[in-house]
Order: sequence, then structure tokens, then C-alpha cells
Amino acid sequence: MIPDYLAEFFGNKFIGYLIAAALPLFLWILPYALYAVYAERKVSAFMQDRIGPNRVGPKGLFQTIADILKLIQKEDIVPASADKPLFVMAPYVIFAGTFAAFAALPFSSIYIGSNINLGVFYIMAVSSFSVVGILMAGWAGNNKYSLYGAMRSVAQIVSYEVPALLAIVSAVMVIGSLNLNEISEMQTAYFWNWWIFGGPVVGIKKFLLIIPMTIAFIIFFIASLAEVNRTPFDIPEAESELVAGFHTEYTGMKFAMFFLAEYGNMFVVSAISVSIFFGGWQSPFGYLGNSLGISWLIPVEQVFWFLFKGSLLVLVQMWLRWTLPRLRVDQLMTVCWKYLTPYAFINLVLIGIITLF
Amino acid sequence: MKEYLKNTWLGIYTVLVGMKVTISHLFKPKVTIQYPDVRVKLPERARNRLYVNIDDCIGCDQCSRACPVDCITIETVKAVPGEDLGTTSNGKRKALWVTKFDIDIAKCCYCGLCVYPCPTECIWMTDVYEFSEYNRDNLIYHFSNLTPEEAEQKKLNYQKFEEEKARQKAAVQAVNNPNKQDSGNLS
Repeated sequence: MIPDYLAEFFGNKFIGYLIAAALPLFLWILPYALYAVYAERKVSAFMQDRIGPNRVGPKGLFQTIADILKLIQKEDIVPASADKPLFVMAPYVIFAGTFAAFAALPFSSIYIGSNINLGVFYIMAVSSFSVVGILMAGWAGNNKYSLYGAMRSVAQIVSYEVPALLAIVSAVMVIGSLNLNEISEMQTAYFWNWWIFGGPVVGIKKFLLIIPMTIAFIIFFIASLAEVNRTPFDIPEAESELVAGFHTEYTGMKFAMFFLAEYGNMFVVSAISVSIFFGGWQSPFGYLGNSLGISWLIPVEQVFWFLFKGSLLVLVQMWLRWTLPRLRVDQLMTVCWKYLTPYAFINLVLIGIITLF
Repeated sequence: MKEYLKNTWLGIYTVLVGMKVTISHLFKPKVTIQYPDVRVKLPERARNRLYVNIDDCIGCDQCSRACPVDCITIETVKAVPGEDLGTTSNGKRKALWVTKFDIDIAKCCYCGLCVYPCPTECIWMTDVYEFSEYNRDNLIYHFSNLTPEEAEQKKLNYQKFEEEKARQKAAVQAVNNPNKQDSGNLS
């Protein structure tokens, strides 16, 4: 495990763990967020038969870097009538929620920020922490549209926690563990051992599990879309109605912070889906390191597969964003309480019965 | 219950249909034309910036009179005998110095009405459409090929010629009927 190794290397547990905790931020979240914004713009452009950013650097690859440089230079405006402490704190609270969730994500068999036995539970608890930040941002801006956006966001996220958690619980019932690293380890060898394909279970049970697990994944995916405020559930930001929702009043780096948190959150929910349903850091068909006999290659491959699968799901989120129109508030609640929640319950009972055998 | 299941099915199915449509667009050719690098060919009769081939202009003032917004200003001076202005490309003899041919393109409404009456076809619409300026005065185009000094000279020449002619006429009149001295000056 890298955190222990670093602790040993520096001779101090605190410093070692601190550096280990900062690794995903600098090695993954920041570059990923930069290129996720770029990918989002490119995907949207391609889906609308446009070209997208292509001026800064080859194929526009440095566009978001230029954007960030611009945002750094912007004046940091705090509205006169804003609630200043809350206003300044909100973006960091939101980002803290996102970043905290990264602690329990298993990037590889040798790297997990914190190998706790309540990983799934912890992530679900901590990622809804960003609701507080959103409400703070919406309230502190002293802008009616911001407050509307924040209130919608809170209603939405709190509602969608229910089907998301039920879907996760139904999966966890079969898996029998909440530790994401353990869950990933179980789904070893080939892709038919992923939990969405019944997991490493033998016999008829495996085939019976495929459909309920797929339903659980779909429910979790839809609910996670709502939790990270992505279209079709983007009513908290709803550009056409609320200017920009809860982050209307923000400028400069604080504004960038919201984007960092949004894209970080997208990856967190994708990573949970990947860890639980798609084999985590496991390769779908054996490791190159095993066949070549290079043992240090295996963890690198694991990191690659984890990030690759996670990014693929993020791309699906973007794909959905540029496909579907925004839901109305009442439709949003209908989807959650009248459709997702009952189906999640039925699925829970179904999986419960299957696990009895 | 049936309605409920139907709704669920419709929800999933329509989302998948939508996703199929959007993914198919990933592989379609882009419609964007990257303007300053790539330009669309203008239609043949596109009306843009006016151009005057002053070598062919006979100073007839017809375009100026046709202009509905009065953006063309033409001043001419008659040529004195002995000055040869040459001919236009379609064989018309030029008899006027065009001392001023200004088009205020800022006023121009691109109607093209000035193009049709021109007897020598020396004013036409080009395909240039990028001529924005920071200073409005720069949008007044001077087409006359005479410098201001030359134009002044031509005017003086003509004035002199006129005076000369008037004097000669007066002299002739004075010889013909010496009683009425001043009638010649009036004409």
C-alpha cells in the first residue's frame, strides 16, 4: 500500500499519509477536470455537428488550461449584500465533499487513500456533504435565482439519495462487503466476474443475478446523475431559467472551484459504479504484467483500468447530457419517488430472494 | 399498473433512441465553416463594396442621381480644348475631368441602383465584404485619380478658359455692335 510505504519512507505517519492523500488531487482530479471540461465541449460540439474548441494548441487541447489561466487573473468579486463568510467558504465546502470521497476510492490494489471497511457507506455520506455547500452558495449570494437553484438542488439530492442507496444496498447484499478495495478484489480474472454479470458466484444464481444487478446499476446511475446535478437533472443550474443557479454570483477561481467539484463528483459517482458493478481496478481480461512476468506493471495497469472505466462512465454522463432535455421539478420528483424508488425496492426484494438460495 | 409499466418502458426506450441519434452525430461531417480560414463562395450577383474604375468614368453623374441615399458625390470640370482625356474602354470620348468621386460606403445601402445606369459600366459591386474601420472617415472612399492640387489646377484652367472665352466674346460683340457694351458680359 502506497500510504504505508510513504509513511515508512518519511519516517512519519502523518507526513506520509498527507502526501498519499494529496496524490489523487494532483495526479488525477486536476488534470482530469481540465480535460473533462475539454471533452465535454468536444462531445457537445460533435453531437451538434460542430467542431468545438480547436484554436489553442493542437486540436484545442490547451483550451481549458488557457481558461484556467484566465480565471486566475479575474477579479474575485464578493457582492456587497452577500453573506461574506458563507460566500467565501461555500466553494471549498463543496470541493471538500468531493475530495473527501476520493479517500475511499480504490485506484489500484496498492493505492487506496483509506482502506476502511465502510468505504461505500462513507462515500455516500460524504458526497451528500456537498449539498451543504450548495445551499451555502445559494444562500450567501443573496440572489433569488441562486437561492432557487440551491433549494431545488437540496430537494433533488436528498430525494435521489433514496433510490441510489437502495440500489447500492441491493448490490451490497450480494457482495457482502462495504470495503471498495475488497469488492474490487472479488471481481478478479475476467469480466464475467464483474458484479453486473453476476459476480464471482457459481451456478444458476449467477445467471439469476444478472438482471437485478443491471437494474440496480441503471437505478444507481440515474440517481447519481441527479446527485451530481447533471442533465437531465440539472434544474439547480438550469441555465435557461436560473442564470447559473447556485453559482451565479461567483467569479474567478471560486467559480472554477465549482466546476472542479462538479467534474470531480462526476468521477466519484462513476468510480462507485465501476468499483461495485464493473470490477473496480480489475482488468477485463487478465494482466499484461502477469503474462510478461513483470510484477510492477500490474498495479499500473490496475490504475489504468480503474481510470479508464471511470472516464468511460463520465463520457456516458456527457452523452446523456447532450441527448436529453431538462426535467421539470414535478417530473423530477415523479421519476424519483414514483418510479426509481419502487423499482429499487422491488429489486432489493428480488436480490434478497436470490441470495437466499 | 399497465400504464405504469408502459411509462417505465417508454422512458427507457425513448432515452435509448435519443442516445442513438446523438451518438450517430459523432461521426457525421461537421457543418462549421471556420470563417477567416475558409470562406464560402459568394453568389454570383452578391452586392458588397462598390468599386469605380475611374479610368472609364466620364463623369456623367448618373450613378449619383440614382443613389437613393446620396452616398456618391461627384464633381467635374470641363476639359479645355487641347486637353486630351482619351476614351473609355467602350469607345466613349471623355470630356470632363472628374475632380471628385467620393463614395461614403458607410451610407451605402447596397441596393446596386448606381450600377445599372452607368453608360461605361465603370461602377460595380465587388465581392469584398470585410472593410470595417476604426474611424468613420476612413469609410469615405476617394476614387478620383487626380490629386487635390491637380484638381485645383484643372479648375483654374477651365476658369481661365472661360474668362478668355468671355473676353473674346465681348471683343467680338464690341466690334459687331459697339453701342451695347455690357450685354456680352451678361451671357
